[in-house]
Amino acid sequence: MGRLIQSVRSRLHSVELRGIHIPHNKATAELPTVLMPLPSQVILPMHMHVGAACTPQVKRRAHVDVGTLVGHSDARMSADIFSPVSGTVKEIRSLHYSHGKADEALVIVPDGEQTVDESVRPPEVSDYVSLVEAVRHSGIVGLGGAGFPTWLKMDSDLSNIDCWLVNGAECEPYLSSDYREMVEKPDDILRALTTCLDLSGVPRAQICIENNKPKAIELLRVKAAASDPRIEVFELPARYPQGASRVILRNVTGRSVPRGGHLTDVGALLFNVTTMGEIGRFLQTGMPLTKRRITVMGDAIERPQNLEVFIGTPIGEILEFCGLRSEPRKVVIGGPMMGITQVELDAPLTRATSGLLAFTNELVDSPKTTACIRCGACIDNCPIRLAPIDIQKAYQRRDVGALDRLMADLCVECGSCSYVCPAKQPLAQSTRFARAFLRAEQRKAKGRG
Amino acid sequence: MEQLPLHPAEESDRPLMLLTAPQLRSPVTTQSIMGNVLIALAPAVVASVVIFGPRALLVEAVSVASCMGFEWLWCLLRKTPNTVGDLSAAVTGVLLAFNVPVTIPLYMVVIGAFVAIILTKELFGGIGCNFANPAIVGRIFLAVAFPVAMTTFVAPALGGSADLVSSATPLSPAADALRHLELFFGRYAGVLGETSSAAILVGFVWLLVKRIITWHVPVVYVGLVCLFSLLTGHDVMEQVLSGGLLLGAVFMATDYTTTPSTLRGRIVFAVGCAVITCVIRFWGNLNEGVAYSILFMNLLVPHIDVVFVNTPVGGEARG
Repeated sequence: MGRLIQSVRSRLHSVELRGIHIPHNKATAELPTVLMPLPSQVILPMHMHVGAACTPQVKRRAHVDVGTLVGHSDARMSADIFSPVSGTVKEIRSLHYSHGKADEALVIVPDGEQTVDESVRPPEVSDYVSLVEAVRHSGIVGLGGAGFPTWLKMDSDLSNIDCWLVNGAECEPYLSSDYREMVEKPDDILRALTTCLDLSGVPRAQICIENNKPKAIELLRVKAAASDPRIEVFELPARYPQGASRVILRNVTGRSVPRGGHLTDVGALLFNVTTMGEIGRFLQTGMPLTKRRITVMGDAIERPQNLEVFIGTPIGEILEFCGLRSEPRKVVIGGPMMGITQVELDAPLTRATSGLLAFTNELVDSPKTTACIRCGACIDNCPIRLAPIDIQKAYQRRDVGALDRLMADLCVECGSCSYVCPAKQPLAQSTRFARAFLRAEQRKAKGRG
Repeated sequence: MEQLPLHPAEESDRPLMLLTAPQLRSPVTTQSIMGNVLIALAPAVVASVVIFGPRALLVEAVSVASCMGFEWLWCLLRKTPNTVGDLSAAVTGVLLAFNVPVTIPLYMVVIGAFVAIILTKELFGGIGCNFANPAIVGRIFLAVAFPVAMTTFVAPALGGSADLVSSATPLSPAADALRHLELFFGRYAGVLGETSSAAILVGFVWLLVKRIITWHVPVVYVGLVCLFSLLTGHDVMEQVLSGGLLLGAVFMATDYTTTPSTLRGRIVFAVGCAVITCVIRFWGNLNEGVAYSILFMNLLVPHIDVVFVNTPVGGEARG
């Protein structure tokens, strides 16, 4: 009985967030990364990150080299864009995303020479300020999918940061690109971490990996122990969504990010593992972010694999390279839980994309929505312990007060609620709307007050 | 009010689909959940036929058919989508049949089904909207309307236990154990589904394995009834194994719609059920202690849901 009570108590006040079991489906995990050849053209949207859009720095018909700065913004919250190929700027045109937003994009036709711009040389880094400044001119953004400018994250107040967290959870099903980074490029990750710890004065770093990746855990643990005792590997349970920043923070340190706050408010910084690897490579070679690894998978793909792709490659060409077994009916950018569908195959691959999925038969049937049966699955399985069904109801009656009480703004958009719902209610979608609505109303109220 | 766009562009002739995340959905549906509940009820159905004879099956069939029939008719008349396929009416039908004795006239079963499905469920908005467990309201209505028919219990049709009883009588503790064993396997007079604790426990295990319910509510409910029986000097095993306690705790106090939506709330619900059951059993003179306790707690669910809410990670405590 004592154990029973303890079990109830630990469930009620659980420090470790449980998450849900989703079939991992990581068939590409053990396939080594293949470099995709030059595409016929690269399309570089000027807004591939969180923050202000860049403006093109080159004119039509201009010649660019690999690593030439082609997009820049004077706004602080932005990230530079570099050409991944040498070639000629064919045009500067508008681009429409499947979520309805429009953007400006550079179209570059490669000349096949791949001559490197003379500005590309290893940065001189002597202290933390110069490190941040170097990363600022590397075009590196959060490569796990967030697309937040990395230098900006590094530029926060470090006085109370006691842990440099690295996110190697890769909790999304299907995707294995972060895993390949850890297995293929562990030295880049560790080198970047050591430099960051040395220069920033943060006492320790933890690389957080889901326990369904024992090889990566073992490899990084051994290498970290040999190279830098400040770096540890933390095993996370293999449950979705361990990779969400608030969930990882809670599971590793037991801390919660307050409403409206950031990780730095509670003494932590979190970077994606591929982002760290990219910083490591940049510090060594000075080559800005021009290529990235993605997982290409789905039942429409002939040869599922991990590909290293030039940023801006049209996704149609990537699918062609991997071979199409059948005409895809659904193409997903990112993972199956948080990824968005893409309706145009000539749209480019952007910086923050870690997966490209194409489906013909799997995952194409949208289930029919039926009445909520109040089973509470969405509430039991929310990693943030929100009440998605209540948020949906409050949003349907546009009840700002209720949405505020329900703290809809804390949602991390992991989609677990929609996944588990037996009635197939669009809970994640409603919560997304609710969050935007709540924020807009709160801004309005603030403006008035 | 503006409706949420659910799944836009799904049926259009656009070559590629435009859908919002998540693309992946679990295979669990309302229908699969209710199907699993029906499977979990199957051992008790078999037990009822073994114990009370083939008429038990007839009563159950009439109950299920009339529950599903009323729901179908309601959807037809109201011109709403047909919800019979979600099998929740079938679950109500089985549970209602489990709450009546084998001798009940069949028309009473149909009346009970009407009260359960139309009055308790559909009038309040159908599945997910009912304020109380339909089968329990049906049972209580029948008990109040037809008290004689509802309490005419017959001895089990199954013979063969006489020898065992006579041989074990001399030793009174053994006789006690034997009586508990009889209760456990359901060889005593009572309503259809309440008698065989063994069959209900098999169903309980199925529900746990299939993750339809968690163990919390049944264990807290039955555990507290044990504790209160012990404290007040009642026969613990008899309290647990007789009457509808196990049936109620496993299949009715765990009904999704009529129980709180957070785990904390559900445990409070179970505690309330246990307290009311014991009060009615020890100091009242109603047969339906379990049914009334669950009904009372059903009515408190909206309040429990307001008070016992989860505190989000990073949010300030509320409720």
